[in-house]
Amino acid sequence: MDFSWLSDPFYQKALWTGFVNTLWLVAVSAVCGFALAVTFAMIRLRGPRPLAMLVTGLTTVVRGTPLLVQLFFFYDGVGRLLPEIPGLQESLIWPLLRDPFFYGTLTFTLSVGAYTGEVLRGALLSVPEGELAAGRAFGLSPWQILYRLWLPRAIQMCLPTLTGELILLLKSVPLVSTIALMDLLKAANMVRDETFLVYEPLLLIAGIYLALTLVLTSVMRLIEQRFPGARPATPKRRRLLPG
Amino acid sequence: MPSDHSNSLLEWLGPILQGALVTLEIALLAYAIGLVLGLLGATARLSPWRPLRGLGTAYSTLVRAIPELLLIILLYYAGSQALNALLAKLGGDMHIEISGFVTAVGVLAFVQGAYMTEVFRGAIQAIPKGQLEAADAYGFSRPTRFYRIVLPGMLPNALPGMSNLWLILVKDTALISVIGFEELFFTAQQAAASTRDYALFYALAGALYLVMTLGSNALFARAERHVRRGQPSA
Repeated sequence: MDFSWLSDPFYQKALWTGFVNTLWLVAVSAVCGFALAVTFAMIRLRGPRPLAMLVTGLTTVVRGTPLLVQLFFFYDGVGRLLPEIPGLQESLIWPLLRDPFFYGTLTFTLSVGAYTGEVLRGALLSVPEGELAAGRAFGLSPWQILYRLWLPRAIQMCLPTLTGELILLLKSVPLVSTIALMDLLKAANMVRDETFLVYEPLLLIAGIYLALTLVLTSVMRLIEQRFPGARPATPKRRRLLPG
Repeated sequence: MPSDHSNSLLEWLGPILQGALVTLEIALLAYAIGLVLGLLGATARLSPWRPLRGLGTAYSTLVRAIPELLLIILLYYAGSQALNALLAKLGGDMHIEISGFVTAVGVLAFVQGAYMTEVFRGAIQAIPKGQLEAADAYGFSRPTRFYRIVLPGMLPNALPGMSNLWLILVKDTALISVIGFEELFFTAQQAAASTRDYALFYALAGALYLVMTLGSNALFARAERHVRRGQPSA
């Protein structure tokens, strides 16, 4: 085991950039993806039928195809067709459309939206009808019912599943190393190419991911316990990963 | 130029379908080995012997906490090197190039086994204890007890998780393309690069994966009805 390359500031910087990019990707995709998931779930439950069918179809496609293929489709496929749209290259959003980070977050957001949307839809359906009726009886507007009552109750029910989805998101980040985005795996591959060390860089980032997973699960467990109306913590069995 | 597109599509359709077949072969083999590994892992995790329990827990926890792509790359190098080192110790100057197919199957099965361990552990634990005690009281041997009571008892609980893992596995086979093995997605990438019809070939690859996942969904639904026969419908 040779970890002497770790003292090289160049590699330190690459690993740090990869680490920060990884966290950013997870944060942005989780927030945007959750918003998309709520939208998807609501459209499927209350939206007009054609739109609901469109969302169902999109969800099926996203959940039925590999994330790597989706990533390449957006980055290599759609990304290469974009310059053919007249005027787009002069527009303000063009720098964004050339950034691999954009395609990474786009793919992950869509994926989180599709998977979590399904989870949320189920949770929203299992909120007792009487509670929503109570909200109406109190004169809450439909919008207030959604974000004061329906959504919080649904999230409360599926929070452990949401934790699992978040871990899945974290673990899909290394895929972006294939589209020239500097994440932890890309940094490790760079070290491997230059130092001819096969295992050390990979083992290091495996350790980092292990630590990140542990931290994320403990943070989510805290949130689960603090969430209003959560059942008191069951100290029986603690598992690292859901499932 | 629509004629150009259809020409390149026709030219590459054969190799891509061939790749889809390879993908299915890898997935089926890895799934079969993963099932065995999962059963072993679950047995280890439920074992009364502590070191074995620790081993099972370490396997399933570590593998599930590390990204699949990272594991695949790591095991790809580690697996072939370890095997060659072993052969060098055993037979002197024997050096074999392990085929990409074997590595792909091995790596995917190893990852799959860890997730399967958890599915089986949960399903086995859900079997009422009285049923096992009844089997013991009737003097069933351990293999018979497993075959006649544990297996049919756990399958209804395990099947939803198993079908989920199969879908994940089919999608994970695309990761093998990263280490340069020619399966469906690798061939699609080659087609895309040589014809420059990127969106077309990635969409085609996606459609083929979709056919596989939707098709297996239907099969698993039938299997679930079969193992749940005689049970009240949920």
